[in-house]
Amino acid sequence: MDETVVTTHRLTKRYGDRLAVDSVSLTVRRGEVYGFLGPNGAGKTTTLRMLLGLIRPTGGRAAVLGAAPGAPSAVARIGALVEGPGFYPYLSGRDNLRVMARYQHLDDRATDAALDRVDMTGRGRDRFGAYSLGMKQRLGVASALLGEPDLLILDEPTNGLDPAGMADMRSLVVAVAAGGQTVVLSSHLLAEVQEICDRVGVIADGRLLAENTVSDLRGATAVLVRAEPLDRALAVAMRVAGDDAVEVVAGAGVIDGAGVIDGAGARAGRGTGVRLTVAPSVVPVLTRELVAHGVDVLEIRAVERSLEEVFFEMTRPGARAVQTSQMPETLEVS
Amino acid sequence: MSALAASTRAELLRLRRWPVLWVLVGVWVALNLTFVYVLNYVAYRTGDTSTATEGVPPEELLAEVLPAAVPLSMVQGMPVFGGAILMILGALAVGSGYGWGTWKTVLTQGPGRVASFGGALVALALTVVGVVLATAAIDLGVASVLAAVESQPVEMPPLGDLAEAVGAGLLVLGMWTAVGVLVGVLTKSPALAVGLGLVWALAVENLLRGVSVLIGGLAVVTDHLPGTAAGSLAGALDAGGGAGADGTPGVLTVLDGGTATGVLVAYLVGFAIVSLVLVRRRDLA
Repeated sequence: MDETVVTTHRLTKRYGDRLAVDSVSLTVRRGEVYGFLGPNGAGKTTTLRMLLGLIRPTGGRAAVLGAAPGAPSAVARIGALVEGPGFYPYLSGRDNLRVMARYQHLDDRATDAALDRVDMTGRGRDRFGAYSLGMKQRLGVASALLGEPDLLILDEPTNGLDPAGMADMRSLVVAVAAGGQTVVLSSHLLAEVQEICDRVGVIADGRLLAENTVSDLRGATAVLVRAEPLDRALAVAMRVAGDDAVEVVAGAGVIDGAGVIDGAGARAGRGTGVRLTVAPSVVPVLTRELVAHGVDVLEIRAVERSLEEVFFEMTRPGARAVQTSQMPETLEVS
Repeated sequence: MSALAASTRAELLRLRRWPVLWVLVGVWVALNLTFVYVLNYVAYRTGDTSTATEGVPPEELLAEVLPAAVPLSMVQGMPVFGGAILMILGALAVGSGYGWGTWKTVLTQGPGRVASFGGALVALALTVVGVVLATAAIDLGVASVLAAVESQPVEMPPLGDLAEAVGAGLLVLGMWTAVGVLVGVLTKSPALAVGLGLVWALAVENLLRGVSVLIGGLAVVTDHLPGTAAGSLAGALDAGGGAGADGTPGVLTVLDGGTATGVLVAYLVGFAIVSLVLVRRRDLA
């Protein structure tokens, strides 16, 4: 079997003057959980719709499961939940699944199994229209799971779920991937993507900014030192880690390892420090050296960039990103 | 072919459980019974010569509600309210799917757009067949009961006439359902589709027919409009001069039976194909 499940080459979708998706080239490999990460209106849903053949690209190419997007042979092997669950409001959840199962030549046992996987068996006989947002979302995922598809495309699957439901959904996605199915998952929740995705495509303003594994995107771990006097601490750090691996960082205390913004620390002006791009195992040696050279060590700790940090770094410098944030949601992709 | 069969089964399942379908079918049956049987029979029993039945001899009123008249009476209401009701069904069945997002879900199930939407068309066609056959059966049943009550001989209509009436009913209701489907696909909105479809069926076509008298060349066009063809086919069944459908709203004699049949078939097939092509080609955003 070939190793790539989805490839796109400069895939583009233009609506009038606006480029909803701009030359996106991405690759999804068999068996992985691929996270499609971006703010609202970045072009995630539009890209996924093109992969499903629901909309036609205005430029570029794509192949899904070895066929053109939307080819029945490919679509039959995809389970999808795109832009919210779409079901008959007057039918029960179970009957809705039975309808979809019939399109796929599946019997009613498949619907019961799918309902069970999303813990909806107890509410299967209730009308879909009476479901809460979270239940509707779970039914959408159940429908996507029908027929054990090779590729699962889930657009914001945790939308509308409570924290417990989100956790359940994540473990379901992980279990699905462990069973050998490939999952493409779009999200604007960075923690979610960081937790369950193998590889990530970051998209903003319709452009794919980066595509890599989560750990590569987050980059190497580092050690952060706050010490006085700073120049002597810098000299010691350079001797221990090498000149190129050391930099003075302003606002070093602003973002901690968990990605939590420490505004109080920044305001207190206790931010300046030295950052060493090295493994945390260097900490004991470094501490001894600093102390031996008469440096007062205020703080020394290992830091790891969160995906959130990476994401903001990636999207911050662009002038376009700034502009769009000032025009709230006018570019929302439908 | 099996993809089309699977899609048809799926669509039939969801149509069968759709309360709107049963409401519309119930309204059609109730209207049909009211206008053909209740009004005529009440007028006959009370001897009341109201405006609607003025000048009609009582024997003729009775004849209209007896089994022999079923081939005429069952299609009388179709060109006007029967067609409008089935147009609403087609428009809602297809148009609602855009608002609910069900087309998006259905078209990602795998049979392909043509088979999936084709299944919906076949399921609606089967629904029309069911409605027409049920109408014939109910009318025959009611007429037989009335004949027994009035101590009249229960004389069934010739099978050929009945088959002709069923065929005409299929064409008229099928064509209007196809109109509904097309408007539903075009507008992607059930409310707009129903509104526009009704304005056309109940107002625009009648107005155009009125105007065509004034403008010579326009008559060729208005004579072949969907509603005119449907009315003409219903009118053609009465060519033999049976119980008399004269004055029944919407029942016309503009086209002869053969031409009306041809025009209706062309509209039915044409609307279905245009809908299918639109669904196949258009983005589903």
